Amino acid sequence: MNKTVNQKAWFLVLPVLILVAFSAVIPLMTVVNYSVQDTFGNNQFFWAGLEWFEEMLHDDRMWNALKRQLLFSGIILAIEIPLGIFVALNMPKSGFWSSFCLVLMSLPLLIPWNVVGTIWQIFGRVDIGLLGYVLDKLGIDYNYTQDTLDAWITIIVMDVWHWTSLVALLAFAGLKSIPDAYYQAAKIDQASRWKVFRYIELPKMMGVLMIAILLRFMDSFMIYTEPFVVTGGGPGNATTLLSIDLVKMALGQFDLGPAAAFSLMYFLVILLISWVFYTVMVNLDKKGM
Amino acid sequence: MAKITLDNLAHSYKPNPATEDDYALKELNHDWVDGEAYALLGSSGCGKSTLLNIISGLLTPSQGRILFDGKDVTRAPTAERNIAQVFQFPVVYDTMTVHDNLAFPLRNRGRDEAYVAERVNEIAKMIGMEHMLKRKARGLGADEKQKISLGRGMVRKDVNALLFDEPLTVIDPHMKWELRTQLKRLHHEFGHTMIYVTHDQTEALTFADKVVVMYDGRVVQIGTPEELFERPEHTFVGYFIGSPGMNVIPARVEGATAHVGGAEIALGQGYGALSGKVEIGIRPEFARLSQSEGLPVKVRRVEDVGRHKIIRADMFGQEINIIAGEDDRISPDMNRVSFDASQVNVYADDWRVQGAAA
Repeated sequence: MNKTVNQKAWFLVLPVLILVAFSAVIPLMTVVNYSVQDTFGNNQFFWAGLEWFEEMLHDDRMWNALKRQLLFSGIILAIEIPLGIFVALNMPKSGFWSSFCLVLMSLPLLIPWNVVGTIWQIFGRVDIGLLGYVLDKLGIDYNYTQDTLDAWITIIVMDVWHWTSLVALLAFAGLKSIPDAYYQAAKIDQASRWKVFRYIELPKMMGVLMIAILLRFMDSFMIYTEPFVVTGGGPGNATTLLSIDLVKMALGQFDLGPAAAFSLMYFLVILLISWVFYTVMVNLDKKGM
Repeated sequence: MAKITLDNLAHSYKPNPATEDDYALKELNHDWVDGEAYALLGSSGCGKSTLLNIISGLLTPSQGRILFDGKDVTRAPTAERNIAQVFQFPVVYDTMTVHDNLAFPLRNRGRDEAYVAERVNEIAKMIGMEHMLKRKARGLGADEKQKISLGRGMVRKDVNALLFDEPLTVIDPHMKWELRTQLKRLHHEFGHTMIYVTHDQTEALTFADKVVVMYDGRVVQIGTPEELFERPEHTFVGYFIGSPGMNVIPARVEGATAHVGGAEIALGQGYGALSGKVEIGIRPEFARLSQSEGLPVKVRRVEDVGRHKIIRADMFGQEINIIAGEDDRISPDMNRVSFDASQVNVYADDWRVQGAAA
């Protein structure tokens, strides 16, 4: 078969190329540009090479933020994934209440992040917030602005409140795709509830759960708005996660070079962890868990 | 193994069935004899799967009782009935090996591993999968998966009944034959009560001792393949079984003669006055095309299907089929059809009327 050569076809691809260039490539390259130079304002640039990268790699500040970040993502995944599955398993499968639950569950997902942060910021306040006030009256010493543990608990509960629905909805979609015959066969085989979950429901949900884990990992690893609104990274640096630290460095201190190097490494870490996740899970899937 | 009794059984998917039309399964009384192989035959939506699910306990009937060996199990859950069922589409536990799949029903019932291994090997041999026992079920083809489902259904020796819900739909034609033969052999060997749902007449007729033909939520005839062929109790049975099905021709019946479009057809038996819609039914196998004998027909076309020829013809504006031998010569001047009088059945309102010797 002869292929027709038609150079005009390039014009059809051009709009996409321009769009991608302006939305992703050029901004990213700007960051690369900053990361290898030093600037003192007045648009004066000096070549710095890999200096900023080296400096950041030896800086405890970034490592600590990374540790906090990994801890945060790990905890919310460990809570949201099982909880989401549990919720999905207990949702009505069809009829009015099923739709009702779906709408109810979607609600937190529709609230802008900033608003979620504000809601919890107020909710947890000891003077006027319902949660903070009640805890205080119950005699529990709770103050997210001063106590590290309280601050962590608050942002974790907030994230669980905000995002468990997503996991539940995905898991529910996976459950809905299981034909009735599987449950009937399990009844006939006298399988226990646990075995139905372990050998029918979980394997059938694996595909969507993989997506859920990846999405939740990436999102939580990049989280900024909600903890920033609630704790502002405090008390001290206790809840200063990677993006909060990055913004402090870039816009607070205007250290553009180190911040650019930081961003690129941040980006690579997300890419790397997501890739590892994906590869491991695809392999698990192939082996049939 | 058990005798299964259906007592006044009926089912409707609607909450408050009013008319008979609301019932997916109309009132039914029947004994499934212990150790027989039955086929439930009917077109889609005739209620055969509904009936099967009621027997297996996946569905609770809206009326009537079901008894296993005289014990009422109408409200008993599936697990208590000790039956095995194989579904239309393969149900396998993807993450388990073939061995674990087959062992699953036994392990869930707490049988010891030595017995489990022995049974699994036996069944694996029967379904021809002994070399695959270590493989994961995921990634196997549809017919291999269905063989696992069949195997899982047969692995327990003590089941009250084995139910099959169109189990061979997804299987390759040559495998179908083999599996059906194995099922039959298994039946002879262990004498399980088997109920096999299908819409394929060949499957039903070759598998079963007795075929239960269902139509529109009703059992229209229960009989051996031979009975269904020679004496269809309902025009649907005549039409559904046989290829092509029975010729059903509107007629006026007087004594031992049927009048069709002014011509007369001799009947093997005499009939009294019949009311309602009267028809005669003749299987194409018992009609003969000739030059001189019988009623005038106009031949439309002749189909050679290999074993025999099917002649599609017009008789008084009514299409009829005639089967002729593969070696019979069909010439253009053959324009008469005659019928074997003893094989002509008479139907009033679709149900067969028993005549008296003429």
